[in-house]
Amino acid sequence: MSATLSPARSTAPRPRATRLPGAARLAGVRAGVELRQFWRERDSVVFIFAYPVLMLAIFSTVFGSEEQGADGVSIDYAQYFLPGMIATGIMLTSFQTLAISIAMERDDGTLRRLRATPLPATSYFFGKVLLTLATLIPQTALLLVVAAVAFDVPMPSDPGRWFTFAWVFVLGTACGAVCGVGFSSLPRSGRSANAIVTPVVLVLQFVSGVFFAFFALPGWMQSVASVFPLKWIAQGMRSVFLPDDLVALEPSGSWQHVATAAVLAAWLLIGLVVGARTFRWRRRDDG
Amino acid sequence: MDLTTSDPATSTAIPPSPGSALPRPETDAVVRVRGLRKRYGPKHAVAGLDLDLHAGEIVAVLGPNGAGKTTTVEILEGFRSRDAGEVRVLGEDPATAGRAWRARIGVVAQDSRDQADLTVAECVRSTARYYPAPRDPDQVIDAVGLRPQERSRVRSLSGGQRRRLDVALGVVGGPELLFLDEPTTGFDPQARRDFWDLVLGLRRTGTTILLTTHDLAEAAHLADRVAVVRDGTVVATGAPETLGGPDARVPVVSWTADGEARSERTSTPTSLVARLTAAAGGGEITDLRVTRPSLEDVYLGLLRHPTDQLDHSTEDQS
Repeated sequence: MSATLSPARSTAPRPRATRLPGAARLAGVRAGVELRQFWRERDSVVFIFAYPVLMLAIFSTVFGSEEQGADGVSIDYAQYFLPGMIATGIMLTSFQTLAISIAMERDDGTLRRLRATPLPATSYFFGKVLLTLATLIPQTALLLVVAAVAFDVPMPSDPGRWFTFAWVFVLGTACGAVCGVGFSSLPRSGRSANAIVTPVVLVLQFVSGVFFAFFALPGWMQSVASVFPLKWIAQGMRSVFLPDDLVALEPSGSWQHVATAAVLAAWLLIGLVVGARTFRWRRRDDG
Repeated sequence: MDLTTSDPATSTAIPPSPGSALPRPETDAVVRVRGLRKRYGPKHAVAGLDLDLHAGEIVAVLGPNGAGKTTTVEILEGFRSRDAGEVRVLGEDPATAGRAWRARIGVVAQDSRDQADLTVAECVRSTARYYPAPRDPDQVIDAVGLRPQERSRVRSLSGGQRRRLDVALGVVGGPELLFLDEPTTGFDPQARRDFWDLVLGLRRTGTTILLTTHDLAEAAHLADRVAVVRDGTVVATGAPETLGGPDARVPVVSWTADGEARSERTSTPTSLVARLTAAAGGGEITDLRVTRPSLEDVYLGLLRHPTDQLDHSTEDQS
């Protein structure tokens, strides 16, 4: 520690007018930092990428001989199950991962340290969004490849269906991300974050047509699930990957694209407002 | 390792002390706090606190736990709101100051354990990018002595190394004002010495430093001025050598006579010793000692008279 430091600003006169780095560039810097940290936490990397694939493999193998269906329409189990797994992957990576990681970063002082720098909050959040996309896109691609190759799930060839896939994916991810930011203020500590966030996602998975066929659930459960985004993301994904006649199995008798967009957009707005109002840079016990 | 400064003119641009020029407290003040108040429920954490920091000086804020030090510093850093009072930091109100203001301050907080999976170099380099005119990250890594750990993950650092990384992250943006919150807690003596040299090196570059500490030796070694905080107000302020005024610094002469320990407080210890020498007939005086109160003695003395000061602060509140 014997080295001397040169003065803060090396050019004279003091360039007070030096421009602050742009928010977009800093979002890129943050995304780089986030990705490095993400890749170094090996267990969570494995979990993020393997979980949806593993669940698809287990469920499709166990129930592989059964067809899903009622009222004269039916479908191979893996094909019915795939949209739910895509939806749950979106929810896990956007909502659950963000809610837990932000709660942990609040607890360990990352947020407090960033708050003391000129880094804009928007760059922090966009860094998170970029990390979410950087993990979610390969994760979903892997799931689709495994489904197509190992379980012979037919991929749609109609561009219209891929367009539906794109907007449900983007809107669902955005919705999950902002809700994750909002939810991150709820756990009192980083350690309790897992225990508070995980059950929420787990319950939603059971009632939203991810683990069980949505049409087979009791009506009241369907109604409860309809309040939350996961059911709509899963339904949107079913409209992409299931044949048209399967629409008969939807409780409403339609894919409800407009309602899907509306519900997801509403949650996006609620998440933004709640997130902006409740976001804290510091732990609660910090006062 | 000694790195030359790229432009020595800048280091002298900010005078180390106000000097003999005409007093211009308004422009010279890096921090100006008047009548600061903050309460948590019924508890007045800060109760009418005044504080000034001038450009280029190191001010140590001393005080027992719960005296309001941390709350005050966090208000100055813009982390906490205040209930009342005037606060100017680098000419702005921290409660409303924006990114450009945060680019001019550096914060080294207590108890950090973040960014564990990054390496030292990644941490310092990415943090430097948040600032408009940062220091050279490699130079900062050298200055805090973490070159050998450059590629180590942060989680593998020792406590002292971790603390030095905190300092590196606090200064890499090239702050004009640096907040150091109990920076050497848990350091071994050598690490503490090294750290002090680093802080004094920062002052030579013109950085103004607000230091909170429980370590009186640290305050005496580093600070140009100390401010003693008790019950949310500053009860004494001054240079470490003169804190508490002359009364608090009266030397004590102690000796043993007739097998009995004696001591006497006197502002003229030399003449007392001369008298004792004469009384002893020019022989040795047993156990003779002349002690001047240390900063710690003065500090503890300041905290020991709560009643006068409490009355004083009550007057302030009314």
